[in-house]
Amino acid sequence: MDGVIIAMIVLIAISSFFIALGCIGLHRFPDVYTRLHAATKTTTFGMIFFSAAVILFGLWRFFEADEVNKGAYLTLIGHTLVALILLLITNPTGAHAIARAARRSGIKPEQAVIDEFEEVEP
Amino acid sequence: MLTFLVTFIGVLLLYLLLVLGSGEPGGTLGIYFAVEEIVAGVVLSLLAAVVSRMLLGKGENDVIGKPANIVVKPAIFIVYLFPFIIAMAFANIDVAFRVITGKIRPGIVRIKPRLRTNLARTVLANSITLTPGTLTVDVDDRTGDFFIHWIFVKDTRTDQEKMREVCGGFPEWARRVAE
Amino acid sequence: MTFTEFNILIIGVAVMAVGMIVAIVRLLFGPTSPDRIVALDTVNTLVVGMMIGLGAYHEEVIFIDIAIVYAVLSFVTTLVIAKYMEGSKEEVN
Repeated sequence: MDGVIIAMIVLIAISSFFIALGCIGLHRFPDVYTRLHAATKTTTFGMIFFSAAVILFGLWRFFEADEVNKGAYLTLIGHTLVALILLLITNPTGAHAIARAARRSGIKPEQAVIDEFEEVEP
Repeated sequence: MLTFLVTFIGVLLLYLLLVLGSGEPGGTLGIYFAVEEIVAGVVLSLLAAVVSRMLLGKGENDVIGKPANIVVKPAIFIVYLFPFIIAMAFANIDVAFRVITGKIRPGIVRIKPRLRTNLARTVLANSITLTPGTLTVDVDDRTGDFFIHWIFVKDTRTDQEKMREVCGGFPEWARRVAE
Repeated sequence: MTFTEFNILIIGVAVMAVGMIVAIVRLLFGPTSPDRIVALDTVNTLVVGMMIGLGAYHEEVIFIDIAIVYAVLSFVTTLVIAKYMEGSKEEVN
C-alpha cells in the first residue's frame, strides 16, 4: 500500500472518531451548554483533519497529474484551505452567540455547582 | 493610510488563494496564476480597501494603525498557533473522555483578563472556546469581564488562581497578538 | 475490499452522514430552542465537510466553492437566530 493512502486512512480515522463522538455527545449531555462543548470542539477538530486529508489527496494528485490538469488540483487545495479557515473562524463565534442567547433568554445550566452570571443579571 | 495598505494586502492574499491554479501551461506565470485574474484581484482589493477605510481603524484602541505592529503582530500570531493547536488537541481528548464517561461538574465562572482592544477580546474568546473544558458565554463590554461555562469546575481561592485554571497563558498571548 | 484514495474519502463522508442523522434527531426532539440551534450548527458544519469530501471524490472544484458560500450563509443564519432568541424569555421544561 502506498504511504499517502496510509496517511489518509489515519487522518480520516481521527476525524471520523471525533465527529462521531461529537454527535453522540449531543445526546449524552444534559443541557445546551455542555452540548455546545461537544458539538463545537469536536466537529472543528475533526474538520481540520478531514481537510488535511483532502489537501494531502490534492497534493498527491497534483504531482501525479500531467501538465494540463495540474491547475485543477491547485484550485482544489486553495479552496479547501479557504473553507477550513472560514470554519475555524465561524464555528467558535457561532457557539459563543448561541451560548449568550441561551443564557440571556433565561436557561440555567443544569447540575451547576456555581453560576456567577446570576449576580449581574438584570 | 496604513489601515488602507493592510486591508489591501489582506484582501489580495485571500483573492490569490481563491484563484490559485487558474493559469494555463506555458503562460506568463505558469499554471499558478492567470494575468487577468491578478489584474482583477488588484482592482477588487483596492475597491474593498477604499470602502473599509471608513469602517476600520477608528477609535483610540486601534491595533492595525500603528506602524510597528504590521510585521510583529502577524509573526507573533504564527508563533501563537503552536501552543494553541496543542491545547486544542488536549481539549478534544478531554471532551471525548467526558462523552464516554459522562463525568461532568459544570458551572459558569467570571474571570477578569483586563484586555482593552476588541480584537484581543475576540482572540481570547475564540481561543477559550476551542481549548479544554471551557466555553465563552458572555463578555461585559464595559469592564472586559468574561463569563465562562466550565465543564468541570475546580475549587479555587483567588481570582488569579481561577484565571490560570480556566485559560492558562492565553490572556498573555492575546495581549501579545492584538494589543 | 481494497483501499484506494477514493473510497477512503467516501468512508469519511459516510461517517459524517450518519453523524448528521444523529444530530437531526436532536434537532427534532431538542427540548428547548437553543438545543435545536446547536444541532443545526452541527449539521451545517457536517454539510460543509461532506461537500469538501465529495468535491475531492468527484474531482469537481465547484462543490468546494458551494461549501465556502454555504459556510458563510450558515454562520449568518446562526447569528440571526441567536440574536432573535436573545429577546425572548423561554419556559424551561
